[in-house]
Amino acid sequence: MAFRKQARRVPGLLASFSHVDAAADAIRALRARGHRNLVVYTAAPNHEIEEALDHPVSPVRLVTLIGGLTGCAAGFGMTIWMSHDWPILVGGKPIAAIPPYVVIGFELTILMGALSTVAAVALFSLLFGKRGVAFDPRFTDDQIGVFVPGSGDQIEPLEQMLRSAGAVEVRHEAA
Amino acid sequence: MAAVAHPQPAAHDGHRITQTHAEVTRDIVATLERPSRGYVLLLASAVGLFLVGAITFGFLVKDGLGHAGYNPPIFWSVYITTFVFWIGIGHAGTLISAILFLFRSPWRTAVYRSTEAMTVFAVMTAGLFPIIHIGRQWVFYWLLPYPNQRYLWPNFMSPLIWDVFAISTYLTVSTTFLVFGLIPDVAAVRDKVSGWRKSVYAMAAAGWRGTDNQWRHYSRAYLYLAALATPLVLSVHSVVSWDFAVSIVPGWHGTIFAPYFVAGAIYSGIGMVLTLIIPLRRALKIEHMISEYHFDNLAKLTLLTGSILLYAYGMEYFVGWYSGNTFEQTTFFRRAFGPYWWAGWTMIICNAFVSQLLWFRKIRTNLTSLFVISIFINIGMWFERFVIIVSSLSNDYLPWAWSGINPTWADWGILAGSFGWFGMWFLLFAKNFPIVAIQEIKEMIPMPRKRGGHH
Repeated sequence: MAFRKQARRVPGLLASFSHVDAAADAIRALRARGHRNLVVYTAAPNHEIEEALDHPVSPVRLVTLIGGLTGCAAGFGMTIWMSHDWPILVGGKPIAAIPPYVVIGFELTILMGALSTVAAVALFSLLFGKRGVAFDPRFTDDQIGVFVPGSGDQIEPLEQMLRSAGAVEVRHEAA
Repeated sequence: MAAVAHPQPAAHDGHRITQTHAEVTRDIVATLERPSRGYVLLLASAVGLFLVGAITFGFLVKDGLGHAGYNPPIFWSVYITTFVFWIGIGHAGTLISAILFLFRSPWRTAVYRSTEAMTVFAVMTAGLFPIIHIGRQWVFYWLLPYPNQRYLWPNFMSPLIWDVFAISTYLTVSTTFLVFGLIPDVAAVRDKVSGWRKSVYAMAAAGWRGTDNQWRHYSRAYLYLAALATPLVLSVHSVVSWDFAVSIVPGWHGTIFAPYFVAGAIYSGIGMVLTLIIPLRRALKIEHMISEYHFDNLAKLTLLTGSILLYAYGMEYFVGWYSGNTFEQTTFFRRAFGPYWWAGWTMIICNAFVSQLLWFRKIRTNLTSLFVISIFINIGMWFERFVIIVSSLSNDYLPWAWSGINPTWADWGILAGSFGWFGMWFLLFAKNFPIVAIQEIKEMIPMPRKRGGHH
């Protein structure tokens, strides 16, 4: 996009796989040899690939919790404060009646929880995502992509490893 | 280890998708190709209907609500009926997309996108009605708590203010849920089309590439969104029902109102889902994706909620009689035998009895009969709200004030306009975005394996 500076391209190998077990094998082999900077592309979330990558659980849930609690506090805080700001006594009931305010507190819990969840996904994708990594449009269709950063004399053994795991294509990406 | 958030197909579900991943992308992207003549005609008639509503609204703004058939003491009539009708329609979408997601129902996958779109557009339609109904539409923002020069705040003890919060939250969250679910699919479309469309879809895909990092956060977030939307959908129609139940009008003041309204909402929503997707799957040539299996399940859900309605209708009359309260008894007597008897019986026959036909598998899997039943449901559920609102208001505690309504062109114009407005958005959506969720369908299909066999 025009308003964002083009990230520098990361040199390495971009392998594509047609078979899910082949891709999972390649990921395990690469990780066993200390290649932790992989980028794996799949068209849908995949159980085997997730197991092979063994990522920790996404921290999104923490943001959802904080957002939800903030919303709940905001809902009760707003209604109670506004009732006291212009107190009107109706039918001998308390100025700030908690039971009806549960509805507002509940709705704002959901609203802020949902919006903060989506904001967290955007944030974490930017924070933890790697810029300038090669991509192929077939990865949103039916191929699994594995990108391994590397250069110089690392390339030869990496390509060997990817091909022996069952990569159907390995592309060299220069800087 | 990040858990897989999406439902996996069970071996015994009797429905496996036989296509490959590439075929799924191809078939769904094909639905976005040049529209047929039939589509253009349908869209033109939806826009035409919407214009009828827009012109009627112009008269309401210029001259006021006097055009509509309000008649003291009835100040809630066709507009509020239609408002509750559209809010109810929305509920089936969230049930299918969020609640069935949490229950891991594999059959939701093929239909949830279209139902979720229906939800968003139905709530968008419903949201217009309180604004139309308040009379001075240009000051609708007075409903919101904002600092003003008179230091006044809304009355948070009023169900009408709860409604403002519930419906605006519902619209925001269901739109978020729809758009969030669309991102990976829009990326898949981006990588298949060319030219200017590619740049448009690329913008909408927000940089989605399906990396492990993206999926890790996305799958978790989707689970939480579903978990948040589930209690939300139950709360929204409960709050709408409390608009009535918290008042003391005979026929409204019932404790069963919240569950009764929620069941009715889901029932009416599935009726609308059937009305929409039976023609849609043929028009978009996706019959192999939305099959008998899905309709059978939708019909069972209709049967379940229809049976809850049958029970609730019976219970309403029972409570009316058992209360020993003359006003309550009179109201229910007049629902069946009073001036609005025709509306009362339309509601009971269309909702409680027609749905009982779905006990038969032959009827559940016959698309023609399902379509006809779905039309009955739409009509019946509109009349349910009409009966509750108008018949109760027409005979309250003061018999000298009893009255009826005379709906006018202003009532029907806005009602027709709401169908046009809804249809217009739904048709535009169906032709520009994947109406079947590409990535979730792919998740159900095992990927090819080098060593053969299944994982």
